[in-house]
Amino acid sequence: MNETDGAAAESGRGHAAASDRLLARVIREESARIVAALTGWLGSLDLAEEAVAEAIEEAVRQWRTRGVPPNPGGWLTQAARHNAIDRLRREKRYREKLALLADPADAAPLTGEPDERLPLLFGCCHPAISPDAQLALTLRAICGLTTAQIARATLAPESTVAQRIVRAKRKIGATGIPLRIPEGSERAARLDIVLTVVSVMYSEAHLVAGGDAAADRDLADDAVWLARVVAHELPREAEAQGLLALLLFHRAREGARAVDGELILLADQDRARWDRRLIAEAQAVLEKAAKLRRPGRWQLHAAIAACHSDTRDGGDTDWLQVLTLYDMLLAYDRSPVVRLNRAVALAEVDGPQAALDEVDALGRALTGYHLWHAVRARMLRHLGRRDEAMAEDLRALELTANDAERRLLAARVDR
Amino acid sequence: MKYVIMFTTTPELEAAASPEQVEQAYRRTYDWFGTHREVMTESGAQLQPVTTATTVSHGGDEPVVADGPFSEAREVIGGFQVIDVPDLDAAIAIVKTWPLLELPGVAVEIRPIVVY
Repeated sequence: MNETDGAAAESGRGHAAASDRLLARVIREESARIVAALTGWLGSLDLAEEAVAEAIEEAVRQWRTRGVPPNPGGWLTQAARHNAIDRLRREKRYREKLALLADPADAAPLTGEPDERLPLLFGCCHPAISPDAQLALTLRAICGLTTAQIARATLAPESTVAQRIVRAKRKIGATGIPLRIPEGSERAARLDIVLTVVSVMYSEAHLVAGGDAAADRDLADDAVWLARVVAHELPREAEAQGLLALLLFHRAREGARAVDGELILLADQDRARWDRRLIAEAQAVLEKAAKLRRPGRWQLHAAIAACHSDTRDGGDTDWLQVLTLYDMLLAYDRSPVVRLNRAVALAEVDGPQAALDEVDALGRALTGYHLWHAVRARMLRHLGRRDEAMAEDLRALELTANDAERRLLAARVDR
Repeated sequence: MKYVIMFTTTPELEAAASPEQVEQAYRRTYDWFGTHREVMTESGAQLQPVTTATTVSHGGDEPVVADGPFSEAREVIGGFQVIDVPDLDAAIAIVKTWPLLELPGVAVEIRPIVVY
C-alpha cells in the first residue's frame, strides 16, 4: 500500500498519499460488514466477497480522484449489490437464486450488525484454510485491501494471491466451514489462529523484502485496527486484549524504529520519538487483560514489550524481569524464535557464554534465519571472538531480504 | 452436510506404540461408533489389511492389474464412514475424538460429498 500505483502517481504524490490513508480508513470500516450482510443475502461467501472486492476496486479508482462520497458505506453496498446481480445474470447456475432475490422488499439497504465481522473473521481464519490463504482472505474480505495491494504488501505475485483467495472461498463454501464465533472449548485455539493472522499482518509490514523501513506503514495500521476490532468485540478474551496491547507497544516505537529509512535497534532508539499516548493506551489494555486472570502467550509478549517501554534509555532495561517473562512464555510457546529472543535477555543476565550455548542449541532449527546469525554474531563479539562474529554478520547480511535491515547489518560488518 | 471420513494409519509409526496401547485404542473405537450413532449413515466399512489390496491402473493398451495399494505413500487407508452433520466444525469435533488418534501416525481425512 505504498502509493506506487499508476492512478496515485498521476494525481500527484503528496495529495494521493493522504487520500490513500483516508481510503484505507473508510473502506476497512465498511468492507467486512458488507461482505457479511451480502453473504447472508446471497447465501454464498464466494459471490458476496467477489462483488464487494469489485466495488472496492471501483471505489479506490473513483474516490482517489473525485474524493470520498458522503455515505461511502451506502455507495459500496449499492455497487456490491449491482455487481452481485450482474454476476447472477451471467451465471446460469445462479438464475434461480436471482428470481428469489428480485423481490423489491430486498431492495432495502443492507446494514450489517457490527458483530457480523467477527464470525466472518473466524471463517477466514479457519484451520482448514492454509495460513497464507487465511492472511490473504482476511486482508481482502475483512480489511478491504485490493488483490494488487495484498500482492505488494506480501510480495507475492498478484495471480498467486488471487488464486489463494478464490480457493479459500470455494473451500469455505464447498466444505461447509461455518461463519461463526466458536464457543466453548474450541474458542481458545480458534482465537489464537485469528490473533496469529493479525500478528503476521503486522510483521509483514516490516518484512517486505526490498521494502524500506518507512514505506509500508499501512499494513501495520490495518493490523492495529483489526486487533482493536477483535479486542472490542471480545472484551472478555484476555488474549485478544494482549495482542492489541502488544501491537500498540510496537506501534508506539515505530517513529524511533525507522529514521530516514534506516532501522534503529531497540537499545539505540531515541525514547523521545516514542508515542507516549500509545504506550499509555497499551499499558491500560494490558492491565485490563490481566484483570481477566487468563494468562497466555500474547499477554506475555505484551508484558515483555511493556518492560522495554518503561526504559528511559537502552541501559536501564530490567533484564531479569524480561528473562522471567520469557521463561513464563516458554510454557505457552517453545518455538525456536521465542527461545532465540530469550537468549538475548539471557546474555544480559547470565553473560554472553550462557546465551551463546543456548543460541548454538537452536542452530539446527534456525540456521539460515538471518536473526539467528545476527544474534550469534553479537554473542561472539561480546566474547571477543571477532573473526567468527564477522563471519556470522556477513551470513546474516546475505540472508536478509529487507533493504533497511541489510543496511543495519552492513553497518555492523563495517565497524 | 454429508462428509466421508477416511481413517488412515502409518504402520511403521504405529509400531512405536505398545501393543497394549494399540489394543485399548482399537477396543474403544466400538464405543466411538456407538456414541456418535445419530450422525453415522449406512455407508461405511472397515477394510482388510493393505496386503490384500489390488490396483488396476491406466496402461497403454489396456488397464494394468497389479498387487498392492494405488499409492506409494506410507499412509494406509483402514476404512471410511459417511457422516451427516451440520458443518465442517461439527465433523472436526467428532473426528477429534476418534480413539486411534492417540496412536502415532494415525490421521483422519474429512471430505465433503458432492451433492447434485
